[in-house]
Amino acid sequence: MGAISAFGLMGGFWSNQPVRVALAVGGGAALVCAVVGLSTVMRRQAFAGHALADVSGAGGSAAYLLGINPLFGFLGMAAGAAGVMEWAQVRDARERDLLTGVVLGAGLGLAALLLYLDMTVRSVSGAAITVLFGSMFTIPPSIVPVALAVAAAALVASALIFRPLLVSTLSVDLARAQGVSVRTTALIHAMALALAVSLSAMTVGAILSTALLIGPAAAALRVARRPASALVLAALIGLVATWGGIALAYQSYYWTPGRGWPVSFFIVMLIICAYLVASGIARLRAGAPDAPPLSGCQEH
Amino acid sequence: MNTGEAVLALERVAVTLGERPVLREVSFRLEAEQFCALIGTNGSGKTTLLRAILGFIRVQSGRVDRAAGAVGYVPQKITLDPGLPLRARDVVALGLDGARFGTRLPSKARTARVQQMLRAVGAEEFAEQRVGALSGGQQQRVLLAHALVRRPKLLLLDEPLANLDVGSTAEIVALLRRLSHEFGAAVLLSAHDMNPLLPAVDRIVYLANGCAVSGKADEVVRTEVLSRLYGYHVDVLRVHGRVVVVAGARDESREALERDPVHTITVP
Repeated sequence: MGAISAFGLMGGFWSNQPVRVALAVGGGAALVCAVVGLSTVMRRQAFAGHALADVSGAGGSAAYLLGINPLFGFLGMAAGAAGVMEWAQVRDARERDLLTGVVLGAGLGLAALLLYLDMTVRSVSGAAITVLFGSMFTIPPSIVPVALAVAAAALVASALIFRPLLVSTLSVDLARAQGVSVRTTALIHAMALALAVSLSAMTVGAILSTALLIGPAAAALRVARRPASALVLAALIGLVATWGGIALAYQSYYWTPGRGWPVSFFIVMLIICAYLVASGIARLRAGAPDAPPLSGCQEH
Repeated sequence: MNTGEAVLALERVAVTLGERPVLREVSFRLEAEQFCALIGTNGSGKTTLLRAILGFIRVQSGRVDRAAGAVGYVPQKITLDPGLPLRARDVVALGLDGARFGTRLPSKARTARVQQMLRAVGAEEFAEQRVGALSGGQQQRVLLAHALVRRPKLLLLDEPLANLDVGSTAEIVALLRRLSHEFGAAVLLSAHDMNPLLPAVDRIVYLANGCAVSGKADEVVRTEVLSRLYGYHVDVLRVHGRVVVVAGARDESREALERDPVHTITVP
């Protein structure tokens, strides 16, 4: 009981509305990022996922400027950028990275302008920190239904393309010969990725959302042998890291009175811990110090 | 004289990639259970021909007729990532219903069919291992099972023997020969070295200069036939049971070939 009290769980944690909103939105984001992140890492599109998350920041900044729901801003920009990247249909890894880099640069440049306008025209002083690094305890409750609907849409889309996407990941030619509509599958995945990074950007911020998208999936892929077990493990890691991060951030108000630590920091740290543990398990299993490198990390 | 029903028939097929004509006029046919090698040097158009048969690239002229039903395909140079959480068993199962949208319910019939295919290609002992961690020969067996699990009438394999050691090459060739009969599938297998295949194949399609000559191996792999195909003199030498095609000097027969609109030679 003492331990629970120490984490503030008995001190209004569950009855606190910002906490409940953070748990709901963060949980949805963690679940979607785990599922979409897994296919993103397997398809070696970690850099594209990171770029989309950063670019979505421009949408979030625009939303503050226009005074609309920031989730719609993140979502609109991420979906637009995903559409452009998919429309270009670049297969060669080098060309794809170059295009992703160009889109990323353009998005960040736009975000810089919009954040400047947020501060100078709208006088929204905390917009930059909120957009780039997240502020889960300030998410308005009105966002919860929209966020959960976005999460549900991304999960349904991912379930729909689960098998065709796996075959495409093995080989595009193999998939085409089998009758997979490779273009449609890739487009649906790109849109699911846009939904995932938008939710992730809402919770941990545009800059750190890559951690929620890639981290749990990468950790799960170190140890899981089957797609289903990788999905379950990635979802568990994402949820534990997100909800654990919220609990720790809530508790941090008692560490430095009146000044809580950022939720994003705790979430990212917990994900890194999970990755290190998973890597340790993989090495122990392999019985050698050098386990095979993870696919999705090779792009960086 | 071909008497059986054609599973695959190509008639005067021409394919241009960009500005470069890769295939100028290729004709041949393949019947059920025939095991056929598609032979040619690197860049002769073997992969292009297979991709044209699959419908991946447009044929400029001519016809490609395939029997209705699934086509099994093993592409060239698949690099299976060791980090993929896919067991050999999962890859074979994806061959069965990987193109379908949505999720599936577990099925005993599906599991039994996958198991039967793993057994057929001799992959049972590594069925639970991550496919990316398997050796080249083992991966070829898994990809073969993936291609065959829907029981296609036609199986296309693009350089499946590349990068395999001598032992694995002989095993895969023998396996393909057996499976061709067992599953009643016609097999068209591309390779740049015909020697490992000669004892096993029913027919050969030899590609050069964008043209093809097809027929039984001992009828196709002859000095006069291949010289006409290449457009200049080549020698077909037999050394210690191996066939070696040696290029000679280019002569006027090349120009004669280019003037001649009929490029395909079919040896009955």
